[in-house]
Amino acid sequence: MGEIIEINGPIVTVQLPAVRNGEQVRIGAIGLLGEVIGLDGERAVVQVYESTESVKPGETAEALGHPLSVELGPGLLGQIFDGVQRPLPVIMEQSGDHIARGLAVPALDRARSWPFEPRGDLSAGDAISGGAVLGEVQETATIRQRILVPPGIKGELVEHAPAGEYTVDQVIARVRDTQGHIHKLRLYHRWPVRRARPYRARVHAADSLLTGQRILDTFFPLLKGGKAAVPGPFGAGKTVVQQQIARWSNADIVLYVGCGERGNELVDILETFPQLTDPYTGRSLMERTLLVANTSNMPVVAREASIYVGVTMAEYFRDQGYDVVMVADSTSRWAEALREVAGRLGQMPVEEGYPAYLASRLAAFYERAGRVETLAGEQGSVTLIGAVSPPGGDFSEPVTSHTKEIVRTFWALSKELADARHYPAVGWDESFSGYVDIAARWWAEQIDPSWAERRTQALNLLAHADELGRIVNLVGPEALSQEQRWVLEGAALVKEGVLQQSALDPVDSYCSPEKQFALLDLVLKVYEQGRELLRLGVPVEQISRLPVMGSVRRAKSAYPSDRVDELKAVDREVREAFDPIRMEYSAAEEKTA
Amino acid sequence: MKEKEYRMASAARGALLFMRGVPNVALGDRVVVRDHQGRKRNGQVIRTSQDVVLVQVFEGTDDLDLQRTWVRFLEQPFELPLSPDILGRIFNGVGEARDDRPPIVSRLTRNVNGSAVNPASRSYPREFIQTGISTIDGLNSLVRGQKLPIFSGSGLPHNRLAAQIVRQAKLPGEEADFAIVFAAMGVSYADARFFEEEFESSGVLSNVVMFVNLADDPPMERLILPRTALTAAEYLAFDLDRHVLVVITDMTHYAEALREVATAKGDVPARKGYPGYLYSDLAEIYERAGRIHDRHGSITMMPVLSMPSDDITHPIPDLTGYITEGQIVLGRDLHNQGVYPPVHVPPSLSRLMKDGVGKDYTREDHPRVASQLYAGYTRALEARNLASIIGAEELSERDRRYLSFADAFEKRFVGQGEDEDRSIIETLDNAWDLLSILPPEALSRVTEADLAKYHKWETGSPD
Ligand SMILES: Nc1ncnc2c1ncn2[C@@H]1O[C@H](COP(=O)(O)OP(=O)(O)OP(=O)(O)O)[C@@H](O)[C@H]1O
Ligand SMILES: [Mg+2]
Repeated sequence: MGEIIEINGPIVTVQLPAVRNGEQVRIGAIGLLGEVIGLDGERAVVQVYESTESVKPGETAEALGHPLSVELGPGLLGQIFDGVQRPLPVIMEQSGDHIARGLAVPALDRARSWPFEPRGDLSAGDAISGGAVLGEVQETATIRQRILVPPGIKGELVEHAPAGEYTVDQVIARVRDTQGHIHKLRLYHRWPVRRARPYRARVHAADSLLTGQRILDTFFPLLKGGKAAVPGPFGAGKTVVQQQIARWSNADIVLYVGCGERGNELVDILETFPQLTDPYTGRSLMERTLLVANTSNMPVVAREASIYVGVTMAEYFRDQGYDVVMVADSTSRWAEALREVAGRLGQMPVEEGYPAYLASRLAAFYERAGRVETLAGEQGSVTLIGAVSPPGGDFSEPVTSHTKEIVRTFWALSKELADARHYPAVGWDESFSGYVDIAARWWAEQIDPSWAERRTQALNLLAHADELGRIVNLVGPEALSQEQRWVLEGAALVKEGVLQQSALDPVDSYCSPEKQFALLDLVLKVYEQGRELLRLGVPVEQISRLPVMGSVRRAKSAYPSDRVDELKAVDREVREAFDPIRMEYSAAEEKTA
Repeated sequence: MKEKEYRMASAARGALLFMRGVPNVALGDRVVVRDHQGRKRNGQVIRTSQDVVLVQVFEGTDDLDLQRTWVRFLEQPFELPLSPDILGRIFNGVGEARDDRPPIVSRLTRNVNGSAVNPASRSYPREFIQTGISTIDGLNSLVRGQKLPIFSGSGLPHNRLAAQIVRQAKLPGEEADFAIVFAAMGVSYADARFFEEEFESSGVLSNVVMFVNLADDPPMERLILPRTALTAAEYLAFDLDRHVLVVITDMTHYAEALREVATAKGDVPARKGYPGYLYSDLAEIYERAGRIHDRHGSITMMPVLSMPSDDITHPIPDLTGYITEGQIVLGRDLHNQGVYPPVHVPPSLSRLMKDGVGKDYTREDHPRVASQLYAGYTRALEARNLASIIGAEELSERDRRYLSFADAFEKRFVGQGEDEDRSIIETLDNAWDLLSILPPEALSRVTEADLAKYHKWETGSPD
C-alpha cells in the first residue's frame, strides 16, 4: 500500500515503493484506475483514467502488479467499450446514465457460455505453441472466433476440452512447458496493450481495401494492411468517411475507435449498424463491428489508452486470420492527451506544446498496421485509418505533418469543397496514395484493363481544369478557347458525376467497383465525344445545355450497384443526343468544304 | 475541518491563492475566502498536495492582504441547490441569487461539474425544431438535443438572432414548450437587459432561468458559470422532463478567463496562448447537451461566441466547431448590406440535420433542396467573383442566371424580418422559387421527380 502525495488534474504522485513503470495502480478511497508513467525514487507518477475530483493527499494507492491489458476472447463483437475496455452497457446497468468512477468491470461477460468446438487434429501429447488454434467458437452468425494459445506459451498439450458450452473463465486446455509448469488456457487471454502482438512474418499487402467510395477506391486506393490518414478541418467530413468505411469496406472485422469525439456519433453507429446489412455477407453490420469510445467529455488519459486498446483487439482478430480495419477518430485528440500529460510532467515542449516524442509515438502506432503471416501460419491484416483534426485546418501543424510522413494513403479533406457541399470533400490535389500500382493490378484483373489509364485521365482533367480556373479568375472566361471551356465542363462532370457521393443517398452511399469504373468511363466518354463535336465547330454551350448532361450527372443515383448494365446504357443515350448535332455540323462542314 | 479557517495563504497570483501546510484537502473542493474587511469570495481547489494547496478564487485575489486573509475549506465540491423554483430566477456564476429574492432552499443539490454521460445511454437526436428562420430550418436544421453554436463577431446581431430563435422555436404541430436556461458571461448590462426584456415581452419569463455574469463582474466566475447553468438545465431536462433550450453567451469570454488562469498556473500553451486542454474543457460543457434513453426531456444548446477579428480559425471557434454538431456563421458583408439575419451560408453546417428532416419530419425533398441550394449558391458566388473582375455584361447567360440567383437568395431566402416566423413549408417553397431561376440540367442534387413536381422553369432572360 502506498500513499497519495499530490494531485494535479489527472496526474497523481504517489509514494509507492517497488512499483514498476507501466504498472496499473488503484488510487484513493474510490479506487480510480491509473498507470505509472514515471518513477522518482520511491515516488511514482501515475496518470489516472478517471476524474480525480474529490481525491485527497494521504489517501491510499495500490499497485496491481500488471500493465494495462485487454481481455481477448469471445464476446468482443458488437460491444462498445470505454477507453480501458470496460463495457459501457454494463457500466450503464451499474451506474445509470452517467459514468460513475472507480467501477471495476471485466470486459468479457463471465456468465455467458459459448459453444466451443475443439480442433479435431489436436490431441494430448502434441507439441503446441503461442498463436496455435485450439478450437473455434461461433461468436456471431458470420464470425467464428479462433481460440488461440496465448503468444509466449510453448510446450506439450496435456489436456484438450471436448466440444461443449464453456464460459470464458473455464479451462479448455492445459499445456506443460519445458520447465514442467502447467498453463491453464481459457477461452480468453490477456495482452498488454502497449506491446504489439507477435506474428511469424510480415507479408506484402496486395489486396485492395474496397470501401465503396469512389474518391477513395478509384482515386486514392488503400490496401488491406495499409495505413491511411484523413486530415481535415472541422465539419469537412472525416467522421463520415470513417463511418462509410466502417459500413461498406470489404473487411472481416471493423474496429471503430471514437477517441475524444462526440457521444452522438457513437450512438449513431449503435443505432444504425444493427439495422444495416453487410454488402458482402448479407448479415447485420454490428456482427462484425466493435466500438471503443472515449468521447470528448470523458477523461483525457483514457483517451491516450483507447487507441492502444483498439489496436490490440485488432491484432487479436488478425492473429485469427482475419482482415481487420481499425478507424480512429481522431488521432489528434490522442496526441493532445499525450501533450496534456507531458505538460503536467513538466516535459519540454518542442512544437505547439507537443513533446519531442510525438513523431515516434505516432510512427510506432501506425507500425502496428500490416499484413502478416500469423503464428498459426495463416494470413491476416490490420489496416489503420486515422482521422487528423488540425487546428485551424492548418496541415503544417505537428500531428498532420508527422502523420503525413508515416502513412501511405492520405485523404486530404478541403474546407472549400466541404463548404460547397462537395462530399466526400477529399481534395484531388493534396491527397495521395502510394498503393496505386498494386491496386492497379487488382482493378485490371477484376474490373477493367484500362482502369489505371482512365484514372490518370480523370486526374489530369481535374488538374488541367484547376489551372484554367486560375486563369479565368485573372482574366475572365473570354480568354479561354472552346477546347479549354470544354475542359472545365468535363472536370465539372467528373466532380459531379463521379467524385461527389452522398453518404445519405441510399442508392449511391455504397458503390461497387464495377459501378465505380462504369461511371468514370461514362463521364470520360462524354468528355471525349464532346471534344469531337467541338472540332466540328459545335459551341460548348450547345452541348452543356443538352438534357442528357443532367442524366449523366444523376446516373450515380439512378442506378444502384446491382444495375450497372443499365448504367452502361446511358452511354448510348449520350450518343443519341450527340449524333444529330454531329450530323448537322459535319454536313455544314462538307458544304463549306 | 469544516469550521476551521486557515490563515496560511503564502502567495497570491492573479486569481490563484497558494496555501501552505493545510493537509488532506480534496481536489475540486469549494473554498470560502474571507478578506480583512470580512468580505467573502468563492474559490475552488485546483491542485493539492500535502505541502501546497492551490486555490482558484473566482473573484480574484486583488487587494487581499495575505496576513489577514482567512480560508475555509467546505469539504464538498461546488454544488447547486435545485428545485422547480429556479424557473423565473436570476443567479450569478456560483448559483447565488442576484435578483434580490431569497436563495433556493432544497435538499437536492448537484455537483456543478456533472459527470460524463455514458455514450451507451444517449439516444440520437432527430426531432426537427422549427425556428422559423429559413437559413436554419431549410439549410442547417436544428434538432432537439443538438448543440449548434452561433459564430459571430463584434457588432453583429447574434443577440437578436438568438432572441428570435428563443421566441420562435417549436416542434411543428406542437405548442412551444421549451424551458430556457440563459447563461451570460462578460456581456454588457445592455445586452443582459435586452434578453430580460425579450423574455418578459414574449411572456416566457416564468420558463427561464438566468445565470448572469456581466462585463464588470469578476471574470473568473465565468469558469464555473456554464457548469452551474448546465446543472440547472440537466435538472429541468432529466428530472422534470422539460425540453430545455440553453443559450450561452459569450463563450469567448469563458475561454479568455480560462487562458488567464492557465497562464498564471504556468500551463504549457498550445495556440495563441490558450492551454492544450481548452478542447477537453469546452467539450465538458458542450457535451452536456443531448438526449438520454427513456428520458422525456432534452437539452438543446445554442452557444454564442464572437470570433476574434472575425477569424474562424481562431482557437475558440475552431475548437468549438470540432466539438459541436455544426455552426451557424454570421457574416459581416451581409450585415453591412443590411441583410438580417446575416447568416453566411457556405461555412454554416448542421450535422444532425440528416436524420431530422425529410419525409418523416419536414418534407420529402428537403435534404436534396438544401444540398442543391448550397451547390447553387457556391457556384453563384464564383460567378459573382468573376463579374467583379470582368463585369457582369461579359458573363455567359448561364452565369448571369447564377448572379440573379445569388441576389435573390440573399434577399429573399437569407433575409427575413425579425418577427417573421416562416414555416418549413414556406421555406422550402421559397427555395424552389429561387431554384427555378436556374435551368433543370444544372440541378444535379435533386431528382427528376423533384424537378417535375416543384421546378417552375421558364426559359428566357434571367432579368
Ligand atoms: N459523404 C458525405 N455525404 C453526405 N454528407 C456528408 C458527407 N461527408 C460529410 N458530410 C456532411 O458533413 C458533415 C460533417 O461531416 P463530419 O462530421 O464527418 O466532419 P468531421 O470532419 O468529422 O468534423 P469534426 O472534426 O468536427 O468531427 C456531416 O454531418 C454531413 O452533413
Ligand atoms: Mg468528426
